[in-house]
Amino acid sequence: MSLAIELENIDKRFGAVHANVNVDLQVREGSIHGIVGENGAGKSTLMSILYGFYHADAGTIKVFDKECHFQDSHQAIAIGIGMVHQHFMLIDNFTVLENVMLGAEGGYLLAEGMDKARTELQRLAREYGLDVDLDATIESLSVGLQQRVEILKALYKGAKILILDEPTGVLTPQETDELFKIFAALKEQGVTIVLITHKLREIMAVTDAVSVMRQGAMVAHVATETTSESQLAELMVGRKVLLDVTKSDIKPGEVLLKVKQLNWQDQHGVMRLKNINLDIRAGEVLGVAGVSGNGQSELLQVLSGINPIQDGCIEVHGNSFTVKQQTNAGKMREFGMAHVPEDRHKMGMITEFSAAESAILGYHKDAELNNGIWLKPDLVEKRCLDLMQAFDVRPNDVKLKSANFSGGNQQKLILAREMEHQPEVLLIGQPTRGVDVGAIEFIHQRILDMRGAGKAVLLVSVELEEILSLSDRIIVMCDGEITGRMAIEDADERSIGMLMANAQQAHDPLQANEKQGVQA
Amino acid sequence: MSRDTRLAWINGLLLPLMNILTAFAATAILFLLINVNPIEAAKTLLYGAFGYGEGIGYTFYYTTNFIFTGLAVAIAFHAGLFNIGGEGQAYIGGLGAGLVVFMLFPGLSPWLMIPASIFGAMLFGGIWAMAPGYLQAYRGSHIVITTIMFNFLAATLMVYLLVKVLREPGKMTPQSVLFPDNAWLPFVHDVLPAFGIEMERSPLNLSIVLALVMAVLVWFFLWQTRWGYAIRATGRNASAAVYAGISQKKIIMVAMCISGALAGLVGINELLGYHHRIIMNFHIGYGFGGIAVALMGRNHPFGIVIAALLFGTLYQGGAELAFEWSNISRDIVVVMQGLVILFCGALEYMYKPWLVRWLAPVKEVQA
Repeated sequence: MSLAIELENIDKRFGAVHANVNVDLQVREGSIHGIVGENGAGKSTLMSILYGFYHADAGTIKVFDKECHFQDSHQAIAIGIGMVHQHFMLIDNFTVLENVMLGAEGGYLLAEGMDKARTELQRLAREYGLDVDLDATIESLSVGLQQRVEILKALYKGAKILILDEPTGVLTPQETDELFKIFAALKEQGVTIVLITHKLREIMAVTDAVSVMRQGAMVAHVATETTSESQLAELMVGRKVLLDVTKSDIKPGEVLLKVKQLNWQDQHGVMRLKNINLDIRAGEVLGVAGVSGNGQSELLQVLSGINPIQDGCIEVHGNSFTVKQQTNAGKMREFGMAHVPEDRHKMGMITEFSAAESAILGYHKDAELNNGIWLKPDLVEKRCLDLMQAFDVRPNDVKLKSANFSGGNQQKLILAREMEHQPEVLLIGQPTRGVDVGAIEFIHQRILDMRGAGKAVLLVSVELEEILSLSDRIIVMCDGEITGRMAIEDADERSIGMLMANAQQAHDPLQANEKQGVQA
Repeated sequence: MSRDTRLAWINGLLLPLMNILTAFAATAILFLLINVNPIEAAKTLLYGAFGYGEGIGYTFYYTTNFIFTGLAVAIAFHAGLFNIGGEGQAYIGGLGAGLVVFMLFPGLSPWLMIPASIFGAMLFGGIWAMAPGYLQAYRGSHIVITTIMFNFLAATLMVYLLVKVLREPGKMTPQSVLFPDNAWLPFVHDVLPAFGIEMERSPLNLSIVLALVMAVLVWFFLWQTRWGYAIRATGRNASAAVYAGISQKKIIMVAMCISGALAGLVGINELLGYHHRIIMNFHIGYGFGGIAVALMGRNHPFGIVIAALLFGTLYQGGAELAFEWSNISRDIVVVMQGLVILFCGALEYMYKPWLVRWLAPVKEVQA
């Protein structure tokens, strides 16, 4: 079989970062080729070069045996490369048809092009099993369907090679299965698929061949059938990795966080939280599973005091807060709550501030940092240095701009800030998003240390594995509701997946509650 | 020198310097077009600004105003607010200063009278700025729109007051009666002889000391106190500030209040320091000039003092130019200011990529 893509000696630098080091890659036509690597290994850069977003500093690109010098992505599209980004490039209030036509309108008047596009899309949908209502607006579609639109868009523009960047990050396990079926149909029709991911299980499940990247370089090209998950993990990290964490046995103590009948509506009038009831005891980790965007973020924001309470009650260590007894993020901290937000750049730190300044965010009023009206820089820097040493943040340069730390080190600094204050209740959102594998082990251990120290931990994560390995109990959220509660012993990925999609017939939540004895 | 320090030097010093030189070059071309020798013109300008005692006095007198309004814009800017209502706040600040003087009894010691009047200027300017602040914080009206509308309100209000209420009885000019002399801020040319230095008469008064003190206080407040931290956090990343438990509404109100209070001090320099009565339009140009000063000064008090001096020089030197050269009108100062704003503000980073490539190239790092 001939080669669809052939990259030779691709080299790319961004400033001091050597993102791609002499990368070679060969993808056979009509195959599914996986590219794995940690965050920051250079996968996305490589694909952006292939797609014409970036120029390689050196090296050659051959597509279908033809050497290409892409000036921009239009040329890549013209030769038959399509890309589905991790964050969809769709216009929410346009219909599917309008979105697909975007950039390929075919003339000044829309009507003619639209008819042509409709016929063509119906044909594509038939051939590849990509059923979507062409007249539905994007905002009315589930994430899985939106992704289909992205794929349709690429195929409509004539893609023979489809690059997908972390396509399953936002999908339920069931939607992932659907996606893999589409892959199979595409492959049958001779489409070449390049799948970028860090989920090894998916690589093992669908790819024909896999390339492993580490620190910008290709470290291995292997046929999928000849390798294993653990071997790939080792290649990715460059050493043996402990994929499992061990939890000590701890008897849960008193209830530290209690939430009663919490409802919350966003500014568009959409109910984001519906009748949330939960409690967490000392020495317990409550995992919140769910596809992202199903109310987890709103839950964290209401609990931490960022958004006001609209209905219901939050009790922290015996202090209750309601609509009448409002709270805010500062007050919640005083009552012993700490919060590691989901998005560290948007909320967890101020990227233009120095590390020292970011390390006091939320604690800038601490008496020990202030001497009267004077917020003393030497005390602030000392605090930061202590945190950096306790959590092994590198480099331990307190004056360095927060933005200049790697994702893992930024996250460690935030965790240090929130944990070292010895809170009673710790809310954590996506603790390991965009964090390298080495730091993940460290962060997981610290979360379990908090549990060991008798704190109550609420863990929100889209990584099911993370939830399963750290939690004592799990709740599943879908569309703002808690669709399932279970003790860790009764949890498995399959049933959580069903609950994430709210397929309730497959699961009886009452039964789970009884088994557990207490309400989660 | 590490790359970061090189970058800091480029950003902090080299870039503004090159931008100003470009603005001057553009001005020179303009002068050539109207048959003025730019070198001669520059000589006249510099002589006017620094060549003789009175000129120097005027230069620093204008600089004082620009320091106040520059600091005002900067403090709002650090909170993420674009206060373009400095004009109105300065005007109303002057009203506050004057009203306090008229309210207190005339024989009061200047040691009480002047601080009270300074307080009045800050209070009035602060409240005038807090109104748009309130509308932004609690009603979501955009601060750029409301502050500029408040400039017009201030102007109209002052016309009314000076014509109908505060006008000196029996006079046609819309201005108040003269302040009693215990409310006169001493002139620098009256103070310096006590230290054995003689200086020509000029409007320069002790407000300049107040301006420099304010610059230091603003620096301390922004970078050395928890309130300054909260303001900067809000300006840089509002959602992170909310996460930290900082109330955005409160920050908007506080920042605008301080900003207005600083702008209001223009009234002290102008009225208590020089005119000694409430007059019309003493504030014109300083509020907007303050935006350019803050931009050029990188919103840092030290930079603002330097930029204010530049604008003060242009003001005074430009007036000299217009006086000396028949084919140059006073408007040329506005054109020069405009060019400085164009190259220092709008085209701020024009030279940056080139400078970075030349002076702080990325070093090859082996990954």
